[in-house]
Amino acid sequence: MASRIQQVAAHMTGVSAEQWQGVPLAPPDSIFQLTAAYKEDTFDKKINLGVGAYRDDNNKPWVLPVVKEATRILLNDETLDHEYLPITGLPEFTTAAAKLILGVTSPALAEGRVASVQTISGTGANHLGALFLSRFYQWSGDKKVWLSNPTWANHHAILKNVGIEPVEYPYYDPKTIGLDFEGFVGALKNAPERSVFLLHACAHNPTGVDPTPEQWGTIAEVMLAKKHYAFLDCAYQGFASGDLDKDAWAVRFFVEKGVALLICQSFAKNAGLYGERVGALHIVSPTKEASARVKSQLSVLQRSEISNPPSHGARIVSLILNNPTLFEAWKQDIQTMAGRIIDMRKELFRLLTEEFHTPGNWDHIVNQIGMFSFTGIKPSQSKALIEEAHVYLTGNGRISMAGLNTKNVRYFAESLDKVVRSA
Amino acid sequence: MFSALTRRTAGAGAGALRTLHLSTWSTVPAGPPDPILGVTEAFKADKDPRKINLGVGAYRDGQGKPYVLTSVQKAEALVDGSKPDKEYLPITGHAEFTKNAIKLAYGADSAPLKAGSIAATQSISGTGALRIGAAFLARHYPHAKVVYLPDPTWGNHIPIFRDSGFEVRKYAYYNPATIGLNFEGLKADLLTNAPEHSVVLLHACAHNPTGVDPTPEQWKEISDICKQRKLFPFFDMAYQGFASGSTSRDAFAVRHFVSEGHQIALCQSFAKNMGLYGERVGAFSLVTADPEEKARVDSQLKIIIRPMYSNPPAHGARIANTILSSPELYAEWETEVEGMAKRIIDMREKLYNVLTNDLKTPGEWGHIKSQIGMFSFTGLKKEQTVALAQKAHVYMTADGRISMAGLNSNNINYFAEAVSGAVKGTL
Repeated sequence: MASRIQQVAAHMTGVSAEQWQGVPLAPPDSIFQLTAAYKEDTFDKKINLGVGAYRDDNNKPWVLPVVKEATRILLNDETLDHEYLPITGLPEFTTAAAKLILGVTSPALAEGRVASVQTISGTGANHLGALFLSRFYQWSGDKKVWLSNPTWANHHAILKNVGIEPVEYPYYDPKTIGLDFEGFVGALKNAPERSVFLLHACAHNPTGVDPTPEQWGTIAEVMLAKKHYAFLDCAYQGFASGDLDKDAWAVRFFVEKGVALLICQSFAKNAGLYGERVGALHIVSPTKEASARVKSQLSVLQRSEISNPPSHGARIVSLILNNPTLFEAWKQDIQTMAGRIIDMRKELFRLLTEEFHTPGNWDHIVNQIGMFSFTGIKPSQSKALIEEAHVYLTGNGRISMAGLNTKNVRYFAESLDKVVRSA
Repeated sequence: MFSALTRRTAGAGAGALRTLHLSTWSTVPAGPPDPILGVTEAFKADKDPRKINLGVGAYRDGQGKPYVLTSVQKAEALVDGSKPDKEYLPITGHAEFTKNAIKLAYGADSAPLKAGSIAATQSISGTGALRIGAAFLARHYPHAKVVYLPDPTWGNHIPIFRDSGFEVRKYAYYNPATIGLNFEGLKADLLTNAPEHSVVLLHACAHNPTGVDPTPEQWKEISDICKQRKLFPFFDMAYQGFASGSTSRDAFAVRHFVSEGHQIALCQSFAKNMGLYGERVGAFSLVTADPEEKARVDSQLKIIIRPMYSNPPAHGARIANTILSSPELYAEWETEVEGMAKRIIDMREKLYNVLTNDLKTPGEWGHIKSQIGMFSFTGLKKEQTVALAQKAHVYMTADGRISMAGLNSNNINYFAEAVSGAVKGTL
């Protein structure tokens, strides 16, 4: 009634009150809903396994000690101001970030063939990379990018938002709770030449299932034969195995083999800098001259969206990457996080197999890599976990290992065991 | 195992394979350097000690140095002292910051603010706010996607709207003959040439690049015309506080339009008035009919933001929020903004005096004093700006726009002499 009166009043003044009448209510982000439900739950043993952010053994967010130290240095530096960064970001950051993922001896770097732009974390890199392809890639036919089935949900939205149609390639095999390698390679072979494939560099989200080095070898071979383009998303370097170089192996291998590619890089997880939005996009070109042209166009695209990227987080990462002492400290902090997750995997596996003897094969718990694990349970079982055990996870059975700790892993194992048995 | 694979496939194979992809970016043309940010690049490359950078709109103190506001320093120390975590902000950003930002713009007693009808989100400074706004309107505005920008306007407005899917047109604004507002032309364009329901971009205060603002009376007329023609007012407010020294006075146009019932869009930047440039602090808001509509609009803003960058950076918003929520820091900040605005006004006075009285430079220079905000449209022609850069090492954008903030007591005489030389052709 009140709004109708307002409308009438607005009509009388000649201003249209119908402007936004047609705007539909969009559904809230499903992870948000899960977190909201968790927050409202008063059960004392509740567990949130939906979160995609690292938690320490006390289930608290963890600001890395090296980040605290870098922040302290920044705050005490009287020469620092809040001036604009260049459009493509803080140069010391982007150069070091490129070296981190590509390796200091990368031929692409030595030959000046890498165009690096600081972005609003991994999402910003994915968006800018997709936008660049949308504008400049020589598509054979419709603009399509191949995404793994499943993949991070936002990949679909990111592509559609820039006018690219996402299509799916087989990836996860629910029967083996592992990689559908044949299906994957089949899709690579059957796709038209020069297709664009989005690949997770390590620690696949949401499954935790990564190709082996041999499998990466085959993937690269087929991509080269078909002249495909690799859109590499790397959000977990260091987080997967605990070793930065090991986790970058697939990326570096592809670069060395000459696969055409771009890399989206996020420091949200491995530096725990989530909300400071630190990331980079690296596009590798065949020549230095092409790389300069590519960078100039990335700059134009960035200018009309954000002008220039945020300073604070990039300064922190730049300090860490460029200072040998801080870099070593960072590697320690990464191992703390990756180590705790690997410990949780081992403990969960031990509880399920040695104590509860839960039916089924649970090898995937220790074989899967990174923050997430696809448990292999059915949606009905996930639902039961939420409703009966107050354990919150997504309907596809994905759990965030970061949500497990020494205090709650037993309760989780018990609850999981229960839903598996009553299925 | 890994190294065996790489050894076998690196070297000879890789070089030949690389040529297969020579065509990947062969058709990508070189992008032009940014007309505004490119000026700083040229300035940096210049080795002459007398060089002056009047290109980018970043405030400089009396010594020509970037100025970190003391209220910002204190706020940053407080933020750090609170030992915040680094968790993701919500998609629409730091809620308290956003609330405080719109309160600053609309005024605490604004009717739609009190009614909870303003949909607002934190944004990547002013550019990000414009981009979100343009994207939202391109998707949801129920009329033709045509936007009218003032002629001239901030260069980046054009690609922001075009890339979002808008057709960009111009309305008369600046009169080079008077170096002032072409108010008759503006009114004619909005009354006659712009189709009903067109989106009209308005600089809330301190027009960039001209420094020419409508008077309050003229704003009232513009508001009436917008009502008459059902035009959608899209405000860009990047200089609140910077224009007159008073944040409430600078918000006059925005608040008048809202009180007249317009459902405006508003882009806010804290780059200049808080000196938070590189931290990218801003907000985008839409006045809606009621809280129910606000909820729908809010949900769609999230849909736009999520696939672009998920959520905004925390640090700068926390600093800004600390200032806006603390009575002491807020008062200190207001004083500092007034101080910055005042130094610029002093420079305007001084420049006018040197040009007119000391150097007797040909032409009328009153516009230097009457223009408002960080920028001044000198009236210099492109060839003159080129000569100024090459011969006098004075850098400004090709349209003759200078950032007054780049002037100080140490360089103002040299600058005035250079301008005099350019006008007389004696550089």
